[in-house]
Amino acid sequence: MLSEKAFAAIEAAKKRYPDPRSALMPALWIAQEECGGWLPREAMADVARVMSLEPADVQSVASFYSMYYKAPVGKFVLEICHNIACDVLGARRIIDHVRERLGIAPGETTGDGLFTLKTVECLAACGGGPCMQVNSRYYENLTPERVDAILDGLRAHAEAGAPPPLPDERPQPADDGDAA
Amino acid sequence: MTTAEPPVTLTIDGQEVAVAAGMTIWDAARRVGIDIPVLCHDPAMEPVGVCRVCAVEVEGSRVLAAACHRQVEAGMVVRTNTERCQRARRMVVELLLADHPRPCAKHQLDRSCELERLAEALGVDQPRFPMRNAERATQNGADGGPETEDGTPAHAPILAPPSSALRLAHSPFDLSSPVIAVDHRACILCDRCIRACDWLQVNEVIGRTGKGRRARIAFDDDRPMGQSTCVSCGECVAHCPTGALTDKPLVVALQPERLQRVDTICPYCGVGCAVTFHVQEGKVARVTGRDGPANHARLCVKGRYGYDYSSHPQRLTVPLIRRPEYYPKGPLSEEVRHEGDYRRHKPGAPVTDYGPILKAFRETTWDEALDLCAARFLEIKRQYGPEALAGFGSAKCTNEDNYVFQKLIRAVFGTNNVDHCSRLCHASSVAALMECLGSGSVSNPVADVARADVCLVLGSNTTENHPVAATFIKQAARRGTTLVVMDPRRPALANHAHHYVRFKPGTDVALLNALMHVILREDLHDPVFIEARTENFAALRETVARYTPEMAEKITGVPASTIEEIARLYGRAHNAIIFWGMGISQHTTGTDNARCLIALCLLTGNIGRPGTGLHPLRGQNNVQGASDMGLLPIVYSGYQSVADPNVREKFARAWGVPLNPKRGLTVVEITSAALRGDIRGMLMMGENPFLSDPNINKVRKALASLEFLAVQDIFLTETAEFADVILPASSHAEKTGTYTNTDRYVQLAKRAVAPPGEARQDWQALVDLAGRMGYRMEYRDEAEIFAEMAALTPGYAGLSYPRLAREPIPWPCPAPDHPGTQVLFAHDFPRGKGRFSPAEFAPAQELPDEEYPFVLNTGRVLQHWHTGTMTRRARALEEIAPQPFVEICPADAEALGIGDGDPVRVRSRRGEVTVPARVTRQIAKGSVFIPFHYREAAANLLTIDALDPTAKIPEFKYCAVRLERLN
Repeated sequence: MLSEKAFAAIEAAKKRYPDPRSALMPALWIAQEECGGWLPREAMADVARVMSLEPADVQSVASFYSMYYKAPVGKFVLEICHNIACDVLGARRIIDHVRERLGIAPGETTGDGLFTLKTVECLAACGGGPCMQVNSRYYENLTPERVDAILDGLRAHAEAGAPPPLPDERPQPADDGDAA
Repeated sequence: MTTAEPPVTLTIDGQEVAVAAGMTIWDAARRVGIDIPVLCHDPAMEPVGVCRVCAVEVEGSRVLAAACHRQVEAGMVVRTNTERCQRARRMVVELLLADHPRPCAKHQLDRSCELERLAEALGVDQPRFPMRNAERATQNGADGGPETEDGTPAHAPILAPPSSALRLAHSPFDLSSPVIAVDHRACILCDRCIRACDWLQVNEVIGRTGKGRRARIAFDDDRPMGQSTCVSCGECVAHCPTGALTDKPLVVALQPERLQRVDTICPYCGVGCAVTFHVQEGKVARVTGRDGPANHARLCVKGRYGYDYSSHPQRLTVPLIRRPEYYPKGPLSEEVRHEGDYRRHKPGAPVTDYGPILKAFRETTWDEALDLCAARFLEIKRQYGPEALAGFGSAKCTNEDNYVFQKLIRAVFGTNNVDHCSRLCHASSVAALMECLGSGSVSNPVADVARADVCLVLGSNTTENHPVAATFIKQAARRGTTLVVMDPRRPALANHAHHYVRFKPGTDVALLNALMHVILREDLHDPVFIEARTENFAALRETVARYTPEMAEKITGVPASTIEEIARLYGRAHNAIIFWGMGISQHTTGTDNARCLIALCLLTGNIGRPGTGLHPLRGQNNVQGASDMGLLPIVYSGYQSVADPNVREKFARAWGVPLNPKRGLTVVEITSAALRGDIRGMLMMGENPFLSDPNINKVRKALASLEFLAVQDIFLTETAEFADVILPASSHAEKTGTYTNTDRYVQLAKRAVAPPGEARQDWQALVDLAGRMGYRMEYRDEAEIFAEMAALTPGYAGLSYPRLAREPIPWPCPAPDHPGTQVLFAHDFPRGKGRFSPAEFAPAQELPDEEYPFVLNTGRVLQHWHTGTMTRRARALEEIAPQPFVEICPADAEALGIGDGDPVRVRSRRGEVTVPARVTRQIAKGSVFIPFHYREAAANLLTIDALDPTAKIPEFKYCAVRLERLN
């Protein structure tokens, strides 16, 4: 199921840990990337084999973390924060808007396989709330209009190869790492 | 945990307690009779402290401590029953109870749900919290997407309909296993099942999935239990505190008030697990594990769920005599008449259609049946002499049955032509051990593997054939014993091994000689031990000098560097133990193979201490005992030679008749002698040579040619189709008697149920037959037989029923005050010095060629036993493994155009069977494997009846076959 490239990447990940089995989470991540954003059973079996773990071990880790998907998801996973700061700043309005616009409830995927909607707890970007994460990209200070523009941009990106929409015209707070 | 540390003194509920350091508060409290409630803790396993109902107050601590987990400290002051503890416990129980069906399946059965009992004890009745079962039942919810109705996640993209409909449709029950029912609602996530599966059985099938309120136990990658790699050992059920995991009733719906418990021993393999039978309505209705020396309460699928054969409607209940119109004798059923074809048996149908067989017999009385047997045996004896008679006893029967059987054959028939299926399993191991050490049994118990640095397992599919013994080996491997598995066919135990060595079938001697070559070359042998305890070392040195690793590589296919590595591992170990199975013994070089293993052990002095030694894993539940009882053509009980005049005199005096000094014939020799007309009459007790012996087409002719055959058994076996008289016998569940396991433990089993109809105890029928042949045997009960045997058998001399009723004891036990012997050969060997018997490599009897290019290996599967007489009538076992198969590797399958599941005709020079292909990497290129349990496609139609020259064991593990794809 997994490609030689994925196996090589997993082997490389194993070398980064004193106990190779600690590389299970990166290995699952590699597998998910390879399989179009989710973890088919066969891919998890491959991971178990290459990690020398029992399928039950892989299952418990994969099922514990919410960002490993055990069923297919859309090309873009819209994870909208509904924690308190975003909520106060209008996250509910944003979620309702997306539901209406795409015709899907949280946990569901659009018929064209493009979007999956999820509500999530804090994305650690309260200063830019309401915010959402789309795959590995953050979009902040959301308004219904901005969400429309982002969704249009994502669709154009997927269908016509346009560049993905930019995160935010305003400067994002600088990442000051470990607060030196 | 060291015992050398001084004890720790603490105070529990005002009592001062001194206990070993490292002990937990929970254990310490138990010492002084204080029971602290637990849910997640199980004394059989290490504590994890996840449920917190064992919360206790420790003075000076801010928070409550988990007593099951927290270790004692000097001066600790513990209070176990304060209001604070009680409040904490009540809260935990209340929360758990909110999700728990009341009563759950277990509580409904016998009020034994530990959660509900605790709730009753703590006065928790109606939890204040809402139930969350609906969510517990679903899988992963929004995190993982919906799932289909049978519980497997849907792989289709998540499209329009809201997943809630699917979620509600998902059942919290998983009834997919034939033997275990899962009710996720009753689960309290204590992880006891997970730990039982991981730590005790080391199968690692159960885990957790999901998190928070959606967390559940899951099998493998969250499959229905019945479709997972679960081997149905039931250890999870045995340790589940609630009704989340329960045994499905296989015989009757259990009614606890009517259940009676009887302690006995498992009827299947040589491990000899202690069990309790739960009897209802005269039937064994459930089996649970008991803490015996060989199993520590663990069981496997056969022992736990294979009990219903004894109440099967096909049990023989009256004696039968063959009708005159069914002479000349011949097979009666299609399966016995023809070459093998698995398609003849429809899954779900009874394993044997009794219709065409029973037609050939009429029911009769015991008097008529036994009179006929007596008359015919006497007639043959008078006409052709006693050596025209022979008897096969059974390693399934008790020591008492078998002692009486061999006494009947020797004292009444007047011949030593008595043997049993041990000939087919470890005759060669016993021959080599007798020759080199002077004793044919194991030196150390299985559980000793825990004390070994290195463990070699050769030619043994331990997880399937000795599943509970395998748990000790797997545990040891996990705790630091280096496990080396050597086998041409990769056994599942290899998954737990540090080294798996695949070698070409039949090249064991070359491989083992090369190991010894390296050990000697690198000075890893033990010269002190060799000098003091062995003889004939020079000859060994000379022989193995020629077996360089490079030379062995050419013969065995194992790289020289691997041979060197394994040799160094074994040679450098402080304590090393060797286990072997039929992969070593069932060859024409079987005795040589075992000689090499013994030499390897002597060369390094790995014997006579705990954690060392030689352990041929014995197959049948009483194969050790049957051999001990003298069910062998050359020895009386206790391996006392029939050729020794003093011994013979002793037995002749005890039995009151002169005894035949001539050695008898072995199993396969008896078949050949029957064909020649030298053997004319046979008594068969619980043996089924038609399926168990090699080259069935020859066995068929031999059985048909017998002038008189009496079969005493519990079912109409394939062999019984050739009988003149069939005598209905008792099953294991109906017997009181002793069984001797692979560890040499003699264990007393008690009668649990009455035999069906007119079926009788094996020994009683034999005593009756002896009387009708003019020889009186008088025993009031089994204990009297045992006493007579023990008086004549040095190793058993100190054993008696009263002692064995208290505890199992390993022989040798020479005196009533002797504790028995776990580890043999500490100071010397029964023959004095251990002998090196060097062996040269010799190829198998029938090598593959152009016409028959594959090597056939035969053996067993986890769920079935020997010729399937019992297990194929055990509902669950037959449901799990209903069909034979031929294992073939992917490359060979592709070359022949064979797909997984395709019917394949396998032919040898002797016969043919048609079986479905099982394409697997377990088997090496050029080899195939077929299990021999299945009457509709008997693997022994193919096998060769070539014998090991010393032990007369047939070469079941090697013959040449060819494969044909069927369209």
